[in-house]
Amino acid sequence: MTNLDWRAATRHRLFWPVAVLVALLLINVPFTPGFFAIHVRAGHLYGSLVNILIFSAPIVLVALGMTLVIATGGIDLSVGAVLAIAGAASCLYISKETDQNSLSGVLIAVAIGLGAGLVCGAWNGWLVAGRGVQPIVATLILMVAGRGVAQLITSGQIITINSNTPFGVIGGYWLGFPFSVLLIAVMVTLAVVLTRRTALGLLIESVGGNAEASRLVGIRARRIKLMAYIFCGLCAALAGLINSSNLSAADSNNAGLWIELDAILAVVIGGTSLLGGRFYLGGTVIGALIIETLQNTIFTIGVPTQTNLVFKAVMVIFVFLLQSPAFRAKVFRRRARPSAPAVADAAPPATLTTSEVGR
Amino acid sequence: MSALLRDKRLPVLVTAILFIAMFAGGASRYQNQNFLSVQVIANLFIDNGYLLVAAIGATFVILTGGIDLSVGSIVGFTTMLTAWLVQQQHWPVLVVIPLVLAVGCLGGYLMGYVIHYFEIQPFIVTLAGLFLFRGLCLVISKESISIDDRTISKLALYQVQLPGGTFLSLGAVTSLVFLAAAAFVLHYTTFGRRVYAIGGNEQSALLMGVPVARTKVAVYTISGFCSALAGLLFTLYIQSGDPLHAVGLELDAIAAVVIGGTLLTGGAGYVVGTMLGVLVIGLIKTIISYEGTLSSWWIKVLTGALLLAFILLQRVIGSRGRAAPLPAR
Repeated sequence: MTNLDWRAATRHRLFWPVAVLVALLLINVPFTPGFFAIHVRAGHLYGSLVNILIFSAPIVLVALGMTLVIATGGIDLSVGAVLAIAGAASCLYISKETDQNSLSGVLIAVAIGLGAGLVCGAWNGWLVAGRGVQPIVATLILMVAGRGVAQLITSGQIITINSNTPFGVIGGYWLGFPFSVLLIAVMVTLAVVLTRRTALGLLIESVGGNAEASRLVGIRARRIKLMAYIFCGLCAALAGLINSSNLSAADSNNAGLWIELDAILAVVIGGTSLLGGRFYLGGTVIGALIIETLQNTIFTIGVPTQTNLVFKAVMVIFVFLLQSPAFRAKVFRRRARPSAPAVADAAPPATLTTSEVGR
Repeated sequence: MSALLRDKRLPVLVTAILFIAMFAGGASRYQNQNFLSVQVIANLFIDNGYLLVAAIGATFVILTGGIDLSVGSIVGFTTMLTAWLVQQQHWPVLVVIPLVLAVGCLGGYLMGYVIHYFEIQPFIVTLAGLFLFRGLCLVISKESISIDDRTISKLALYQVQLPGGTFLSLGAVTSLVFLAAAAFVLHYTTFGRRVYAIGGNEQSALLMGVPVARTKVAVYTISGFCSALAGLLFTLYIQSGDPLHAVGLELDAIAAVVIGGTLLTGGAGYVVGTMLGVLVIGLIKTIISYEGTLSSWWIKVLTGALLLAFILLQRVIGSRGRAAPLPAR
């Protein structure tokens, strides 16, 4: 009986991501005494776990938006550039203010940053849904041009701001809690409720599965796609605000550099297929935490930081090889036979839907 | 009119016209600064020879409907490896050159193998390649290594004189020879036809008896080779190795391919178009440097705008006589 439970547990789609995360966290224990300890110091929550959560906030947010875009069968390469644009726009506004600590000024700056993200997302969505351009290509445009735009906003300089109370809070602490962690909790809850407690998630998956068929059954596929890209733009902008608030500056060159790759990786580790049609928000969050924990682990166990990228590359290859049915069939050929029914379980629904659409 | 719109050579023609128009505009604007000379065009090849070679590799991959994001990293790694071997290990240049080219080929071959045999999207596999090679750069050294080897300096300063007082660097000549070779392979060999066939429809190509597996792996190997060669040309051009050399070069290469009229869905396009795309991007850089007051960030913005224009043009052309585009792979 327990044997059966164990098997069912290992087949759960979140089992391997969670196992990897736990393993990574455990690796830290011998190197950092009191790794799991969380204590309150000067009214703030402190601890290694809290740090990992705080630093993972931008990746979690960007990956959250990316999940929905990928679920519609698309991809958004421009998130790093959008992050930089949003940070640049809001920091520019604050730096022009006479009183950088005024709440109204900061709120306007936040609105400007989010507005920039909205416009960028809408632009991507228009190209993909309105003009029918391939998502990789459509968002490549903003990826190339966006960083240039961010540089033009900041005139090629790093804008530093001096707004500790209202703007600094976004990346700092609020009532003793790390604000960015609260923010991702709110955003994740919002996304989960909107997609899993309403029909929206189902609509997104059906658009990702087959956009044309969804349109024929009366789903407004274009509008769903547009909304996904706008949401992704907003998430990236929010990540940009957190990033700028952390640094008290807007660095258009390095803000969010390669975050699109981390985000895509997080989404795929979480079990969402890059082909679209299926998405797991919980998996994405765990994927993002894995990436941040990995970086943290590399740092704490004393691996030279320059091998960070090699580590990450090896992990990307490893994760994708394990997810590839062709690889599993080749390598685990003998062991695959007993679990063959599991593969068969997954296959029929897919073929069924396509044949239904065919009729 | 519709016959013109259906012609596959139209995007290349548009790019050529754009290049001529931009050149004419530059010539009339900078009359006093000697813009209108053959040397300005020769300089385009001298300054962008490495991009041309990298973009030719990207053309092969994109023609099969794939994508290679590891270009910039392999270029960076090649500069680093060359600089390290020549400068710090004192290996002879004649040994180092074939070695780094072989490393590039091996990297491309491995990526192609994983893409084809394990059926993982090219986007992801080459992304891992991007991380891996950039990481390996940093493993060699975090600092940049400048090269003062005599053979390398001699090669870098070597000038090929052309009639009329203009000259080309060795890198530019190499890139042009390579361009001619690539055009020959794509248009006059069986291998070239197979590349187009796979890009048109992989399933049909397979049913027609095209050795899809071998061709696809070969295409990524070629791309790896091109990246390594581009890295060597870049090393000659800049005479140093740096872990941050050529970050984002893959985007320039892809942009050049798209501006040159190659369809990102695969199956249609010309390397000559890619050359024109590289020239257009190079000309943007030249004009901005002539302008003097404009921020160099306009290069990115303008490249993005051109990319947009050409992608929308592809949609206009693509929507006639072609079925709905294949989903991105």
